[in-house]
Amino acid sequence: MRERYKPVYSGLSFSTVKEVRGPLLFVEAKGVSFGELVEVVSHTGEERLGQVIEVAENIAVIQVFEGTSDLEVEKTRVRFTGEPVKLGVSMDLLGRVFDGRGRVIDGYPDPIYVDEWDIHGAPINPYSRAHPSEFIQTGVSVIDGMNPLVRGQKLPIFSGSGLPHMLLVSQIVRQAKVRGEEEASIVVFGAMGITADEARWFKEDFEKMGVMDRTVMFVNLAEDPAIERLLTPRLALTAAEYFAFEQDMHTLVILSDMTNYCEALREISAAREEIPGRRGYPGYMYTDLASIYERAGRIRGGKGSVTQIPVLTMPEDDITHPIPDLTGYITEGQLIMDRDLYRRGIYPPINPLPSLSRLMDAGIGPGKTRRDHKQLSDQLYYCYAEGVAIREAAMISGEAGLTERDKLYYRFADEFERRFINQDPYEDRDIEETLDIGWELLEPFPEVELARIDPSLIREYHPRYRRRMG
Amino acid sequence: MLVKGTISRVAGPFVTAKNATGLRMYELVRVGEEGIIGEVIGLSGDNAFIQVYEETAGLKPGEPVEGTGRPLSVELGPGLAGCMFDGIQRPLHILQDMAGFFIRRGLTPNALDRGRKWFFQRAVKPWSKVSGGSVLGYVDETPVVKHKVLVPPDVGGVLEYIAPEGEYSVEDVIAELRRDGEKIRLKLIHSWPVRKPRPYKYKIPPDIPLKTGQRVIDTFFPVARGGTVAIPGGFGTGKTVLQHTLAKFADADIAIFVGCGERGNEMAGLIDEISKLKIPGTDYPLMNRTVLIVNTSNMPIAAREASVYTGITIAEYYRDMGYDVLLMADSTSRWAEALREVCGRLEEMPGEEGYPAYLATRLAEFYSRAGRVVTLNGEEGSVTVVGAVSPPGGDFSEPVTQTSLRLIKVFWALDFSLAHRRHFPAINWLRSYSMYLDSMRSWYERQVAPDWVKVREEAMSILREEEELRELIALLGPEVLTETQKLTLEIARMVREYFLRQSAFHPIDSYCPLDKTYHMLRLILKLREKMSIAVEKGVSLAELLKMPIIEEIARMKIIPYDEFKKSIERVEYEVDRLLEKVIGREKG
Repeated sequence: MRERYKPVYSGLSFSTVKEVRGPLLFVEAKGVSFGELVEVVSHTGEERLGQVIEVAENIAVIQVFEGTSDLEVEKTRVRFTGEPVKLGVSMDLLGRVFDGRGRVIDGYPDPIYVDEWDIHGAPINPYSRAHPSEFIQTGVSVIDGMNPLVRGQKLPIFSGSGLPHMLLVSQIVRQAKVRGEEEASIVVFGAMGITADEARWFKEDFEKMGVMDRTVMFVNLAEDPAIERLLTPRLALTAAEYFAFEQDMHTLVILSDMTNYCEALREISAAREEIPGRRGYPGYMYTDLASIYERAGRIRGGKGSVTQIPVLTMPEDDITHPIPDLTGYITEGQLIMDRDLYRRGIYPPINPLPSLSRLMDAGIGPGKTRRDHKQLSDQLYYCYAEGVAIREAAMISGEAGLTERDKLYYRFADEFERRFINQDPYEDRDIEETLDIGWELLEPFPEVELARIDPSLIREYHPRYRRRMG
Repeated sequence: MLVKGTISRVAGPFVTAKNATGLRMYELVRVGEEGIIGEVIGLSGDNAFIQVYEETAGLKPGEPVEGTGRPLSVELGPGLAGCMFDGIQRPLHILQDMAGFFIRRGLTPNALDRGRKWFFQRAVKPWSKVSGGSVLGYVDETPVVKHKVLVPPDVGGVLEYIAPEGEYSVEDVIAELRRDGEKIRLKLIHSWPVRKPRPYKYKIPPDIPLKTGQRVIDTFFPVARGGTVAIPGGFGTGKTVLQHTLAKFADADIAIFVGCGERGNEMAGLIDEISKLKIPGTDYPLMNRTVLIVNTSNMPIAAREASVYTGITIAEYYRDMGYDVLLMADSTSRWAEALREVCGRLEEMPGEEGYPAYLATRLAEFYSRAGRVVTLNGEEGSVTVVGAVSPPGGDFSEPVTQTSLRLIKVFWALDFSLAHRRHFPAINWLRSYSMYLDSMRSWYERQVAPDWVKVREEAMSILREEEELRELIALLGPEVLTETQKLTLEIARMVREYFLRQSAFHPIDSYCPLDKTYHMLRLILKLREKMSIAVEKGVSLAELLKMPIIEEIARMKIIPYDEFKKSIERVEYEVDRLLEKVIGREKG
């Protein structure tokens, strides 16, 4: 066992800061390598962490994670470590709370570390990946039934400001389990730019639920330096990878709020005077986000897994905004919170139509959930989409012109929201219950309308036949 | 003499070298003490701009940069099929053996296994005259791929030696030829620069379809062998699933899948599937005819740019053997973004949305490497290219989509609203097009049915009419429709639900033979014909829709082909009889 990770200095130390621009320091220095960790010491002796993000023969560009406020050109000293940014890892991380750059903030002594890992990780060899296929039951119908989460998946929640995504995250953490397994997952929580209230609520909630002893928190608060947020998700994922791939454990990583992370990325890009992409975000944001999200997965033959639930708030609820847009292109689906459902008092206000779980087909079916799951969910999708379209049309041209068939679908849409999507934040429905609610809602339809379900499944699961049997 | 320079700047995946006079554009270089791989992408004075194919953390100014004297190339020879490579053709299974489950840098294993022996059968006699593209012999690369050992395109002469039948490794000399007094040794393997198209004799018109087993494609928007397709679609519209489906079911001899800047888990899924699924009509898994090039979104961005070239060069190589090759690139947008990043780092003046002004040229160069050709050896071969496009916000007006549309002949427009109601493949039938319909017409008429075009056009006109009627309803409400128009809506719904919608995951529905596709559509149209007569005679539509035959037609897609063939006549008979029956009942 080693002590807390202390960087070994390459001996290079310079007091030759040439320029301070936004979060960046330009230092005249030689022998510096790209990507290395630096310590910036201000004139008062205060230490801050930074990283070399560009290096030329005589100049190194450093992003300072704690910001550059109060730094000056003359007396600031920069020490180069010759090492990448690392996180000390061990089982002792469990139950602990760290700040956004990895310092203990829960008032207890530093944990003992057994190793130090580069927080940037390394890409999993695509050949070595195992395809995720284990269904995680969250107990939330609109997730389990329509867009199920699978071990090793990255499934983000696209939310909006003021929507109850935190409540949902907490419900998932509390209820998530793989059927037939006793052991609960490790929870790694990476918070970026959340308020102190939210952070406290989460910690207390985790303690109340009794999950704190299998949780690690990395918390960057709204008032903490913005640039530090570039580290936070990487610290969280490094811890998760340690548990998953070194300790063979299943980990669930919550990253919230990725929008704040992207803002920090934009800030650095602007300070570097790079050519901006859409809405001022850098052109490499896709690649940068991928270096976070792709760190979910499983390894062939490995026992552990990293499952990610990133949370982001869509600016102005706009799904085409670069942050949700690029995220959606990387993640394996998305759960979309809908303000309209929320206003009508539906919790969780997840709109299943634009939501998606790309790993659904691999994760459900006989032996995993139930034989009828896929087709039932297809049918519910069809009926809900049809019902919503009819409801919208009726709002314009009135309900008078609706046919009997239209009315069935209209009523279904309402009932589906009220009984299937809607549930209590403390209600834990198992998958059979979720699917059975779905069947009950389909009962009013004549069988010929249930074209997406195989007749044999209808005979086995349709309430009408079940009653006959029973 | 190989050029040596010194690193003067490192910024992300881009390195500048000074004192590098003599390095050539696109020359492969070794960067830093570890000798990691890079490629020259710009020169200015004695400075060279280099994109590095691996992680650059730890590099520092002052470290060496060494030229290799050759451009980025791929190894071509037996052992490609069934293998999985990264963007610069490093075999991923070997990387795993060398470094474990995570990618480490600085490893440069050979693309093709040097230890493996191949059984070579010669096809030519000594002292014959051979030229570029001539077949020297054969190797059974996999149970389904007969690998033709070709004379490299730029070589020719009199064959002084050809190896006898026997086992050879890729580096053993299997032939020697003499050209202008110079002796040239040939092996099972040769290398070819990825950015240089392989030569062929001439292009021939693409008039044979590449069958995909997907009804909406084979019927309405077919692609020709040697054709080009773009699939733009926002996230969640099913680009990747559609491409995977093609990789599984398209009737190509070789399928090459380039996962360019996409998801690792999905690649794992594809590998699982093609290792299990059998090539139709054989007992061998699809993997035997597949080459995978994988550079996931978190792997180095420069190698992402290289991956599409690596893929298409391998495709051309198999084309030169006289094979029909299908190349899928998922996604070309990620490749374009890599170009954009290069452009930004080189501080070039950007064009639209930050993309380089030469974006159109690069895309055109890529798509023009597709085509059906007569090879140097006089055989016919083809490369069909299917490129996925990922437009930001699902907005097709962006540069990569628009540029691609100018270059390709088939456009499968994926649609959010279809995807949201889980109508897959979410190919919008009103926006998509295929410019091969006319050139392939005679093939369809000869091979499928003489009335193929008529059936297709009638079905399409029903779908168009449906759209018009929907607009009408939106304006005036459903009451204004006549019974005949209501019938059209019902038939259009059947075409959509019973025919166009196809499950990529259903064991039977996922692949639909062309003959079945034709008969399914024909039966729906026949039903329409009979129903409209009945409606004209005053039978109510609601009554007609209760007929059990409709349910049978709805389930045609999940009936196995053999069974379906047997039932065609009966269904047709019942549809015919329907008229008498229903009208009879009305009268009675």
